[in-house]
Amino acid sequence: MEDRVEQTSQAIRNEARRLFEADEIDVFIGFESGSLPLSSRPAFLTAEEIAQDPSKIDTLVWDSFCTSNLATYLLRYYANEPNRRKKREKPYPRVGIAVKGCDCRSVYTLAKERQVQRDSLRLVGVPCAGMVDVRKIQEQCADEIVACEEVDDSISITLRNGESTKIDREKALRRSCLECRFPKPENTDSIIDTPARKPGDGGRATLEAFEQKSSDEKWQYFSDELTKCIRCNACRQACPTCWCKECFAEHTDLKWIGVGSDLTDAMVFQITRIYHQAGRCVECDACYSACPMGVDLRTYTNRIAQDVHELFDYLPDFNPETSPPLATFSEADSNDFITDPEQAHE
Amino acid sequence: MGNQVGDVATTKPDSTAETTIAADDWQPSIVAFLCNWCSYAGADLAGVSRLQYGPNVRIIRVPCSARVDPQFILKALQNGADGVLVSGCHPGDCHYIHGNLVARRKFAVIKKFLEHIGIESERVQFSWVSASEGSRFAALMNSVIDGVKRVGPSRKLVKEL
Repeated sequence: MEDRVEQTSQAIRNEARRLFEADEIDVFIGFESGSLPLSSRPAFLTAEEIAQDPSKIDTLVWDSFCTSNLATYLLRYYANEPNRRKKREKPYPRVGIAVKGCDCRSVYTLAKERQVQRDSLRLVGVPCAGMVDVRKIQEQCADEIVACEEVDDSISITLRNGESTKIDREKALRRSCLECRFPKPENTDSIIDTPARKPGDGGRATLEAFEQKSSDEKWQYFSDELTKCIRCNACRQACPTCWCKECFAEHTDLKWIGVGSDLTDAMVFQITRIYHQAGRCVECDACYSACPMGVDLRTYTNRIAQDVHELFDYLPDFNPETSPPLATFSEADSNDFITDPEQAHE
Repeated sequence: MGNQVGDVATTKPDSTAETTIAADDWQPSIVAFLCNWCSYAGADLAGVSRLQYGPNVRIIRVPCSARVDPQFILKALQNGADGVLVSGCHPGDCHYIHGNLVARRKFAVIKKFLEHIGIESERVQFSWVSASEGSRFAALMNSVIDGVKRVGPSRKLVKEL
């Protein structure tokens, strides 16, 4: 049997080629090999490029290092020019995009929030076998990693000191991938025929363990993580659903967060960033993968997704019909958290 | 923000500095965001009815409980408030028809979230008080003050100036 990585990459190339040949898309967004081992970076192929040099399509790959959420890159094609008075004359570009389960959910979340136009997209679904947490591999290596090769379920690593090791892919997967509820994209225009992971429990066990901690222990964990934060905003930029044209973090007239190195400013930034993802976070861990300092706030992003599910019975899934939970309301919403002085005095 | 919510820090008893104030003497500062149409009028009624409640509260009048962005709450805590209360009209009675119902969703999420990062649940509270419920407002204030006193001065999230 052909190797999974090669098979998936080839299928994506074929599909991209088909879309370009049928003149269905102007741009295709996928992944290409990065300049460093253990990294794949987003690739943007345009129809003109492909017309000149059709072999460019062969740069597309799909391995275990495609950690970015490609939905992030869609926003630029639909950005409205500031202060635009006239109606847009040019049609939006038609974009083909390779999507994992999480990317696909982000695309639908953005479409619901009218940040992308679903009609002009060609979603190429890639059933996801899980992506690797590069930090987990680096921890196991004593020296710098100079080369890597992925074959089916093992990753061969070559170190600078000449040593080489084999790592079990399953053991190096990201936590979000191990717990992922939606590895297989749905409602796509086409889907690559490769097996997806078995759906996980969405991290319920991890959250329940965290829930056992006392307030002070929780606070300690939160403070310890935030101490590492350098506020580079990589988490915000990597997130597909952080699309505000003007972020509260950059407001100067009403200064929400100070510019110094104060810990509470980093906290207010992260609390608000994560709160703003309520009902939109698809737990893709793009924020964690993009973080240069390894700040691990996945417990909180997972938690807020879980809270929204419990409170409003809403999951950001592949359904384009439902409305975002914080953009709507119901008279039957829970009133349990409301302080009632009459009950408190009984 | 300058002199908006920030003023709380300067008016509270000196609890952040490690002074010798006995625990009994410490009085919490509580910021209350009250909606113009119900809760603020409720507070007014408590006042004109001469109902007694603790003097720890600093009221900020807002047009509707939906005007309260969770960032206001974070900013109040960061600037040294020991507790934050947000109160609006009862569900169904909103002056803007469904402002408080939209707000209720935001508040439910932020309240759970703050508890999850380790802020005590007594610190941030939400309630509904109508314009005719002066006594409910006084009881609510006493209950919030008691709750905040139980958890003590706020140390988490407070920005040292």
